[in-house]
Amino acid sequence: MTRYVMQRILGMLAVMFTVVTIVFIIVRVAPGDPAAVMLGPDATAADIAGLRSRLGLDQSLSTQYVLFLGQMLRGDLGQSIFLNMPVLSALAERAEPTFFLTLFSILIASAIALPVGILSAYRRGSLFDQLATTFAMFAASIPSFWLGLILIQVFAVRYGWMPASGYGGPDASFLERLRHLVLPALALGIVSSALITRFTRASMLDVLNDDYVRTARSKGMGEWGVVMKHAFKNALIPVLTVVGLTAALLISGAVVTETVFSLPGIGNLVVSAVLRRDYPVIQGALLVIAALYVLINFLIDMLYLAIDPRVRY
Amino acid sequence: MAAPASPAGRPRLASLILQRKTLVIGLIVLTVIALLAILAPLIAPYSPSRLSVVNRLKAPSERWFFGTDEFGRDVFSRTIYAGQLSLLVGAAATALAAVLGITLGLMAGFFRRFDGVIARIIDAMMAFPDILLAISLVAALGPSLATVIVALGIVYAPRLARIVRASTLIIRELPYVEAARALGVPTWRIMTRHVLRNLVSPILVQASFIFAYAMLAEASLSFLGVGVSPEIPTWGTMIAGGRQYIGQADWMMLFPGAAIVLTVLSLQLVGDGLRDLLDPRLRKDL
Repeated sequence: MTRYVMQRILGMLAVMFTVVTIVFIIVRVAPGDPAAVMLGPDATAADIAGLRSRLGLDQSLSTQYVLFLGQMLRGDLGQSIFLNMPVLSALAERAEPTFFLTLFSILIASAIALPVGILSAYRRGSLFDQLATTFAMFAASIPSFWLGLILIQVFAVRYGWMPASGYGGPDASFLERLRHLVLPALALGIVSSALITRFTRASMLDVLNDDYVRTARSKGMGEWGVVMKHAFKNALIPVLTVVGLTAALLISGAVVTETVFSLPGIGNLVVSAVLRRDYPVIQGALLVIAALYVLINFLIDMLYLAIDPRVRY
Repeated sequence: MAAPASPAGRPRLASLILQRKTLVIGLIVLTVIALLAILAPLIAPYSPSRLSVVNRLKAPSERWFFGTDEFGRDVFSRTIYAGQLSLLVGAAATALAAVLGITLGLMAGFFRRFDGVIARIIDAMMAFPDILLAISLVAALGPSLATVIVALGIVYAPRLARIVRASTLIIRELPYVEAARALGVPTWRIMTRHVLRNLVSPILVQASFIFAYAMLAEASLSFLGVGVSPEIPTWGTMIAGGRQYIGQADWMMLFPGAAIVLTVLSLQLVGDGLRDLLDPRLRKDL
């Protein structure tokens, strides 16, 4: 088992090394001079030369790559051109809304998907199952930003129950800030619940016909116990995987949703960085989010080892 | 149970398709949407760019089925015209993803010396959330219709490459591939005739899902203002345009959004239906 864990850690490092290389390439494939693009048409030749040297763009590609790798190893993501601060600090400053938005979205998605998926599998072929399957397919087809706009129209503009945008200002209490996250989290949560519902249903269908479930029933165990204690517990592992991966993918959804709701999170930061061609921020955000995804994947694998006695390497 | 075979094989396939309700519904809806988009010049009651300031922000009515926008342009005409570009971007991105994904997957699966590098690149590419990678690529390449297609093609290629690689690794060890090799059949011919031909089903299924994801991603990019120019009507740019009139004219964003939902839903129905039809082992809900 230790060998497997070591192998996974090495594999994770190899993927991260490739991720860093891809990010390096993405910024360098930009046609023309990135420094000139970043500074815009009004920049003087001296400004451009200054930025080129600050970013190390005046050196050979191989030197740039080695310097870039060294910088990443030190955890230095560079300096934002427009915010005039380290990229890591800019990301950290914006992490709170994104973290809570992701957390609430995953809670809402699970609160919808787990009961619907379990009941849908238990009553396979029933009207409920058909409705649940239709819901899952429908939810997966909705762009989260469009759903966000509909929620704003209904709950903020028409009824005025919820704030339409923002994060409550700098002096807002924690509760007030959370209130601003209700609609965006609903928009993301409903859309993300589609995948988890489908996985829960499929995973439950797999285990509901297993021998141990039949044995539990033949021992006279109540249906609730059979479904929750025996079936769901075993169906939980693949479901956990998809919940974990959805959490990582939600960061992608947050990019768009934060823009709809003007939330000052990492997603919003990335979009403004793209519009202003602030390459160090784009680069840093890509790296941090990809690293989170790889790490979550690794942690899920380790969780498998810890909770499922059948998984042995 | 297999449907009756015919010498040409066609009636058998047709009857198999007809047996699958979701596939039929998906295909019908998709065909209607595609026809509406293609025949937009014949169907649209107004030109999509015709301005009429006196008729700005009119609610849906018999005269304007989907209402009008802030410049008095007919939202129905714009929605069906926008379908042309939205579908084109989705289809072109899927085609590019297929070419890249199949080439990489076949090379990794067939040639051991490439496998390590390509497999690692696929894993690393899959670690980036799709929208984030797409907007970074568009930012690097400069926003335009072509770069959106290229970016989405690159973003979704690893999904196909992974499937093609995994299947190729199995097929290359099968006796008929060995036999072809022993007979001296050139490698490229084995790859295309013997391996690729057996991968048509999973590729087709995955491609229909990629088409759906690419359409959602294009809409997101256009909405964020980092995709195609806001003046070009796509469903995403139309929703972005309707955003500031949400309290006065919600139809401006409702109808293009509904068009995205219907198209993506029909593509998913087609994907699911094809999966059941072409490869029962891949069914998600056995």
